[in-house]
Amino acid sequence: MQKYSVFNLIKNAFSNHEKWDLAWKDPSPKKEYDVVIIGGGGHGLATAYYLAKEHNITNVAIIEKGWIGGGNVGRNTTIIRSNYMHDDNGLFSEFGMDLWRRMSQDLNYNVMFSPRGIINLAHSDAQMNVYARRGNSMRLNGIDAVLLNREQVKEIIPMADFSENVRFPIYGGLMQPSAGTARHDAVAWGYARQADSMGVDIIQNCEVIGFDVSAGKINGVRTSRGDIKAKKIGLCVAGSTNILAEKLNMTLPIETHLLQACVSEPIKPVLDNVVTFGAGHFYISQSDKGEMVMGGDLDGYNSYAQRGNLPTLQHVLTEGIAMMPFLSKLKMLRTWGGIMDMSMDGSPIIDKTHIEGLYLNCGWCYGGFKATPASGWTFAHTIAQDRVHELNAGYSLNRFNTGFLLDEKGLGTKTWIS
Amino acid sequence: MLYINCPHCGMRSQNEFSYGGDASVKRPLLNKEVSDQEWDDFVYNRKSLRGKHLELWHHISGCRQWIKVERDTSTHEIFRTFKADEEVV
Repeated sequence: MQKYSVFNLIKNAFSNHEKWDLAWKDPSPKKEYDVVIIGGGGHGLATAYYLAKEHNITNVAIIEKGWIGGGNVGRNTTIIRSNYMHDDNGLFSEFGMDLWRRMSQDLNYNVMFSPRGIINLAHSDAQMNVYARRGNSMRLNGIDAVLLNREQVKEIIPMADFSENVRFPIYGGLMQPSAGTARHDAVAWGYARQADSMGVDIIQNCEVIGFDVSAGKINGVRTSRGDIKAKKIGLCVAGSTNILAEKLNMTLPIETHLLQACVSEPIKPVLDNVVTFGAGHFYISQSDKGEMVMGGDLDGYNSYAQRGNLPTLQHVLTEGIAMMPFLSKLKMLRTWGGIMDMSMDGSPIIDKTHIEGLYLNCGWCYGGFKATPASGWTFAHTIAQDRVHELNAGYSLNRFNTGFLLDEKGLGTKTWIS
Repeated sequence: MLYINCPHCGMRSQNEFSYGGDASVKRPLLNKEVSDQEWDDFVYNRKSLRGKHLELWHHISGCRQWIKVERDTSTHEIFRTFKADEEVV
């Protein structure tokens, strides 16, 4: 594989950039692999990369129904953070933050990681207390957190509504300075290119039709491009988890819901950080191209449609305008939707299953993008060693049965209420 | 915008309703020993079907009745609506 470097850039300029190697190949599936990963999104590609890099397992295929990076890794609002209160979530995400910081070097691919900080706004005394508690919990886990008062927030985001007579006055906020954003597509492509260079087969346009399970063991997978044998299969299909679970006669604590995001027309730099509204569900950042990138609530009913409905968008943007009134002057450039695997306690599942050789990675709710490296790393460990790592021990499938739920937001099982 | 035909009030916009989840989930019977698995299936486990899905909606800004809606989760098309106690065949 050609390294991406200034030297190679200059060298290839002499041949009009027509002689670069392909970033990844387009192989036909072999009859058998050591490990098959289903789902060529961020998590699947990262899993294959860490299987090869950390565990020296390279006889691996990623099979993807569409094209790699066409699902949620290409549809998110690119926010990366680890501002969680519970230990399991905090330690897992902070491990991921370390991987994010060195990802561009690791992958030899510029993922444009930009640790610009995230601010969660508070709009009441009670909310300031809750944020102080969360901030303290984060610091105990080695995650940076700063509690800001109203004046400090005003200094950082003066364009927010600090006028006197507003419904949700800004009391302050909780900031994680090391949080940020990254170029989402580059994450998928970077992992794909490195995984491919280490021998992983990336097989696109290959739909899973069924599974070959006998005597409680997985033997392989039936696909639209033929049967593939594998002793170990990892499921990394986010919003399609329930569809594949049905083929395995499994019913999971997951519901599939629709989440929309949108970007405005590009404007000059105005917002340096990621900011979230504390009196509703709205988050915003500004892309390098100048677009305001925004998102909020689920549409609120089960859906596989990957496209949204206007009432939710209207609701979300009303919150945005309450927080930053200047947004009302902007024109909307694009809106889109993705399907979320909403787990029943808001936390993910990375675990073995009752079928030997079948591993499950799902339940990422809205938070899948930031978890990409940590999810891939721990899922690769779980598959390679056939046991969970301590980082994903809390993300077990049976926690719903044993009662060890990880309900970060305390919302309960109504996954569509946010 | 979804338009839902409330069996009590007629066709109304989705803004008047709130969602209540999978209507095929049944609470375990009272006065009966309930296994962990049955509780799990009632509280947590969901089929989350792609295609026809029977679900509960609450006409919260209307008649305040719970209703059942048969809707396609991949196209959002609504086929039929029922009163909450109506059997769906």
